[in-house]
Amino acid sequence: MKARGTAALAASVMLAAGLAACGSGGGDKSSPKTLTYWASNQGRSIQQDQQVLEPELKKFEAKTGIKVKLEVIGWPDLLNRILAATSSGKGPDVVNVGNTWSASLQATGAFQSFDDATIAKVGGKGKFIPSTLTSTGAAGKPPAFVPIYGLAYGLFYNKKLFADAKLKPPQTWQELVTDAKKLTVPAKKQYGVTVQGASYTEGSHFAFIFGAQNGAKLFQGGQPGFDSPQMVAGVKQYVNLLAGDKVVNPGDAEFVNSSDMLKEFATGKAAMMMVQSFATAGVEENGMKAGEYGVVPIPMPSPLPPGGRKVASHVAGINIGVFKNTQNKDGALKLIDFLTGSDEQKITNGVFGSLPVVQDAYSDPKFQTPETKTFKDILANSAETLPMIPEEAQFETLVGNTVKQLIADAAAGKPVDDQAIKDKLAAANKKMQSGG
Amino acid sequence: MSDTITATSGDAPPRAPRGPRRRRFKPGRNLLPYALVVPALIAELAIHIVPMLVGAWMSLLHLTQFFIRNWTAAPYGGLTNYRIAVDTNGPVGKDLLHSFFITVAVTVLVVAGAWLFGLAAAVFLQKPFRGRGTLRTLFLVPYALPVFTAVITWRFMFQRDSGMVNNVLSDELHLVHGHPFWLLGGNSFAALVIIHIWRLWPFAFLTLTAGLQSVPGDLYEAAAIDGAGFVRRLRSVTLPLLRPVNRVLLLVLFLWTFNDFNVPYILFDQPPANADMISIHIYNASFITWNFGLGSAMSVLLLAFLLIVTLGYLGAGRLRSRHA
Repeated sequence: MKARGTAALAASVMLAAGLAACGSGGGDKSSPKTLTYWASNQGRSIQQDQQVLEPELKKFEAKTGIKVKLEVIGWPDLLNRILAATSSGKGPDVVNVGNTWSASLQATGAFQSFDDATIAKVGGKGKFIPSTLTSTGAAGKPPAFVPIYGLAYGLFYNKKLFADAKLKPPQTWQELVTDAKKLTVPAKKQYGVTVQGASYTEGSHFAFIFGAQNGAKLFQGGQPGFDSPQMVAGVKQYVNLLAGDKVVNPGDAEFVNSSDMLKEFATGKAAMMMVQSFATAGVEENGMKAGEYGVVPIPMPSPLPPGGRKVASHVAGINIGVFKNTQNKDGALKLIDFLTGSDEQKITNGVFGSLPVVQDAYSDPKFQTPETKTFKDILANSAETLPMIPEEAQFETLVGNTVKQLIADAAAGKPVDDQAIKDKLAAANKKMQSGG
Repeated sequence: MSDTITATSGDAPPRAPRGPRRRRFKPGRNLLPYALVVPALIAELAIHIVPMLVGAWMSLLHLTQFFIRNWTAAPYGGLTNYRIAVDTNGPVGKDLLHSFFITVAVTVLVVAGAWLFGLAAAVFLQKPFRGRGTLRTLFLVPYALPVFTAVITWRFMFQRDSGMVNNVLSDELHLVHGHPFWLLGGNSFAALVIIHIWRLWPFAFLTLTAGLQSVPGDLYEAAAIDGAGFVRRLRSVTLPLLRPVNRVLLLVLFLWTFNDFNVPYILFDQPPANADMISIHIYNASFITWNFGLGSAMSVLLLAFLLIVTLGYLGAGRLRSRHA
């Protein structure tokens, strides 16, 4: 009898423990002195991100007594992980997001909004460079995030390969293609351009950038226009590097992470690549010295097609926000204030190759290089913000995956013409309409 | 729960001496097993039944990004999600149907392949010989490896430019011209089937080896005396006696392959159309439009299909064994 009672007791205790475990969402109730932080992958690998951030978070702990549990999440998984955390209510306290997702994630209502009182706790609006605040949430609402790293696309070129072929960095898209053709020597396993073909985020960014150069608007009056002739032209401009111009190694269609592409470029197997500013760090780690490569804005077709806009990049970057489920909102805001402070901005952006989001940090000579100046210039003069509307993230997944499929088709030798591109984009458009 | 405990802990004599008395205390005695099952039952409810019902309820909702945080506030959509999922003229339904056919094709090939390899190995290792234990252990390695380790290794091997598969097939043996893609396009189907068979055949081997232990040796002797050769013994002795084992084994192999998420996810992240297995297809489809109601509707359809197949299969098996 006693044994039975004990067993039943044990069973109910275990059950109760299980239920209690289900109930504790976001953060650690028992100890408000800890925070969970999901960081995005900014360095060349997740391990490198950890190595860079851990010592900084130790400094934060020494300052505030708050211990931060760090998890670095790769780009292919980050959005899904955030959505899962949103729907379950179990997630981190502080999280990095791609700044283009801001309005979409804001619509879930899962993030603490940065109204005037809240943003004051992380240093106030005036702390941030104004352009970085353009992609932190839908217009007319308090931002759901604040910026942490600034990024922009640029065209990296290998100075030696260009000099050997007596070429200058391209000023127009047509020049880029002719240069790339001259620099493509498949026998030497050398190609004009390398692309991260299996990355849906890259695919969506280029669909946006080249679509804009051709005059496309992603959404008009809330309706998706992914299959407009201008979008088809934009997507074709990108995919054609592999499909028609054949200046890309078909193997690039398998590249999921940027590290593969950076390696191709740094080892001279590709003469050019279009990538965000973070690549400066990765290229140099792969053995290319600072003076051996140059960066220019991604060129545009000349003349611009009718309605085309001068867009060489979107306003790229990483934002940081607080989950509403956190048990330690003040601590979370302190962490954000710390990470966006001038000292930390110098350290992290310096290693990651990104641009500081606060003006003070630029006094550091690390950010006086010609590359940094080029990227700052691109952001100031020829960058457009992706639409800050709730449907933006769906655009990225749907169109990004379409571009990825088109590149895979082109790599496998299937014809990728206007009609093929239009059909695939039309299917993405319909999915957007039926799903939303 | 406490009620049942009190009932069982009544002062009934542990062993009633006479028949009639035993009957009188039957309810109390019989509650004990039920009481012991209660925690498991609650766990089963919490782990399987309730989430399944929640999933079914979600499939009726218009559960978009605006409501995922508090999905009880999501508007009721009736059967809209199902209509989108089965509308094979629309892009969503068309892709789902395509994914279903791919999954069926992969499953048929994998179940057949894994079973054949497993049977061959089990029969081959049936008689003792030197090194049998070592071979047996070696055969089980793919099954013992963690799925992530195994599949990520395959992923490296299947890479176009740096992978070992192309290196061996093209550069060393000159069996294929150039470097084909294995992780993109048509070959991705073959890659997926190969990895699945490689992972699952050891399980078939293990199960069939266990099944063969119960085949009496004298049956083989009798068959041999009657002049039955190897094939005849396999067909008339081994296979009929393995039938009960096979019935379960094939079902398990079917369900594991059909439902598998890990292998395509680790191998491709987002599988190409030719290897678009249904579990991962549903996962991606719900994240793509952020309509989790639609994803739930697809999951419910998948569940219904698997339930019908399983029940039909078990029912057919029972009928056959009754006629036999």
